[in-house]
Amino acid sequence: MELLGSKPTRFGFGDGLLALGERHSNVVVLGGDITGSVMTQQFKEKFPDRFFSIGIAEQNATTIAVGLALSGKIPFFASYGAFCALRNADQLRISVAYNEANVKIGGGHSGISVGPDGATHQVLEEVAYLRTLPHMTLIVPADYEEAKKATIAMGEMVGPAYIRFGRSPVPLFTTPDTPFVLGKANIVMHGSDVAIIANGALVWEAVLAAQELAKKGIHARVVNVHTVKPFDFETVTAAARECGCVVTAEEHQVHAGLGGAVAECTAKNAPVPIEFVGVKDSFGGSGDPEELMVKFGLTWREIYASALVAMNRRDKGSSGVRAIKDVPVYTV
Amino acid sequence: MTAETKRSIDFNETTFSNERRAPADLAPIANEIRRDIIRMLVRAGSGHSGGPLGSSDIFATLYFGGYMRYNPKDMLAPRDRFVLSAGHMAPVMYASLANAGCYPKKEQETLRTYNTRLQGHPGRDMHLPGIETSSGSLGQGISIAVGMAMNDKLLDKNDRRVFTLTGDGELQEGSVWEAAMAAAHYKLDNFCWLIDNNDCQIDGRVPDVMNVYPIDKKCEAFGFDTIVVKGHDFADLMRGFDHFLSNQKNNVGKPTAIICQTFMGSGVSFMNDKYEWHGKPPTKDQAAEALEELSSQS
Repeated sequence: MELLGSKPTRFGFGDGLLALGERHSNVVVLGGDITGSVMTQQFKEKFPDRFFSIGIAEQNATTIAVGLALSGKIPFFASYGAFCALRNADQLRISVAYNEANVKIGGGHSGISVGPDGATHQVLEEVAYLRTLPHMTLIVPADYEEAKKATIAMGEMVGPAYIRFGRSPVPLFTTPDTPFVLGKANIVMHGSDVAIIANGALVWEAVLAAQELAKKGIHARVVNVHTVKPFDFETVTAAARECGCVVTAEEHQVHAGLGGAVAECTAKNAPVPIEFVGVKDSFGGSGDPEELMVKFGLTWREIYASALVAMNRRDKGSSGVRAIKDVPVYTV
Repeated sequence: MTAETKRSIDFNETTFSNERRAPADLAPIANEIRRDIIRMLVRAGSGHSGGPLGSSDIFATLYFGGYMRYNPKDMLAPRDRFVLSAGHMAPVMYASLANAGCYPKKEQETLRTYNTRLQGHPGRDMHLPGIETSSGSLGQGISIAVGMAMNDKLLDKNDRRVFTLTGDGELQEGSVWEAAMAAAHYKLDNFCWLIDNNDCQIDGRVPDVMNVYPIDKKCEAFGFDTIVVKGHDFADLMRGFDHFLSNQKNNVGKPTAIICQTFMGSGVSFMNDKYEWHGKPPTKDQAAEALEELSSQS
């Protein structure tokens, strides 16, 4: 696994949206006044007849999108994740998800990596909410290429979908040829000593942690759960059963996000020790993205340390989980 | 896109059951809708009486006055669209659709029961013909309707009509005004906003709970061609609807708001204009009394 560069995931959303617009004449975009920030500007310039400015009105934009979807269009609405996942939560629940409306939401500037904008704009809770909505597809891409592929995939699937992306450049390590299938986690590194299950910007940190662990002869399996919903129970269960301990890593509250999803899965299928890397029940703060990732413990160092703790917990206990074989995997 | 190039929806005129009717012909239909509402609610043992009864004349005009163009045997075929933003008023929409022949009248008996297509608030997942969207959380349906009207006017460029109905208490939801702003911004003259102005909500009179008046001036200020009609006078209701049709035909570049002045619970004397009837069904005795009164009017 090598580093290929650095690019914000939001660029992947913008480029994916442009590709979708060229491919499908019924893709339309709603703007919430921050089209430059969330990269819908280029769609607006290329397809002015299919772009509609709704102003600073996220509740209205979400439900207007429903009206367009119920008329056969594929509407994308993008704003900051802080405003297009939670301020419009009721609209997402009833009008989008319950209606199974083919509405696509792009949540930009998500996580603490939005940095200097401060805590109000650093959304760290929306994955927890969105993954409880029936019919919702929820994607947290790891890098630019994955964000682009995910955007195209969500536009070409039928049903409500949300993609979370960030403002700042993050390591680029996948290529146009890297497989991407909605709902299918990617194994980024193979190993069976400890499973590191991550998404978003924390996937690369997981790779760095695994590389450090390898120096000690510990072979970590790094799993990229880019689609939080529908959740890949098979891949996560296999990782837990074969490694016997798990570390989750995400740029989100440790509660009820990816870590919560993994814990729900393993509680049923492979009750192994889990360590959670993420924001621990606190709001964000002011600072550069890099400073904040260190402050909130979202780097490879915490993943590395957590892997050692998880392995120690596994070895001191005797759950026998690693011996589980040929048992059906419970889902949902 | 100009008026000349506006594409006509391919309505199959031969299957329409909703030819234009005279005002006098709408009264018996509204009366039957009211009786169906009472019969549904007393059987269900819960639900909203006041709003549905009070808006029955609006619904009779909308669905039977020739303003909504639809094929009751195929509610997915090209049609005009109605979005009930005030989802709790579902019984009046259910009764209207049943009387139009969209689904069997007998099915009305299933209101609010296990696995019914007639939930307490409309659920699109139950596929009851004529239900365009789920609703019940106030203030959302109007935005969905604006999205539909944007689609028809700005993207598909057809001559479909989009109607929505909100309550007056619903105007307290801020997102209603976001929707209104957008309807005017995009000059949606194919969009008709019906406001059931019965002045009542669960907790009391609307101005006591949270004042929303003057509604007409607010609508005008938001860019609507606003018309106030007597909501129990069919000729006056038709004047309002005709005004909208004329606005759309002439591409006035403004959405239309029809403020329908109604009485909650109208048609049943002991419910008339009483906010206490917002969210409860009649008892068996009350239902019998109400049905007797309504039958004597038919």
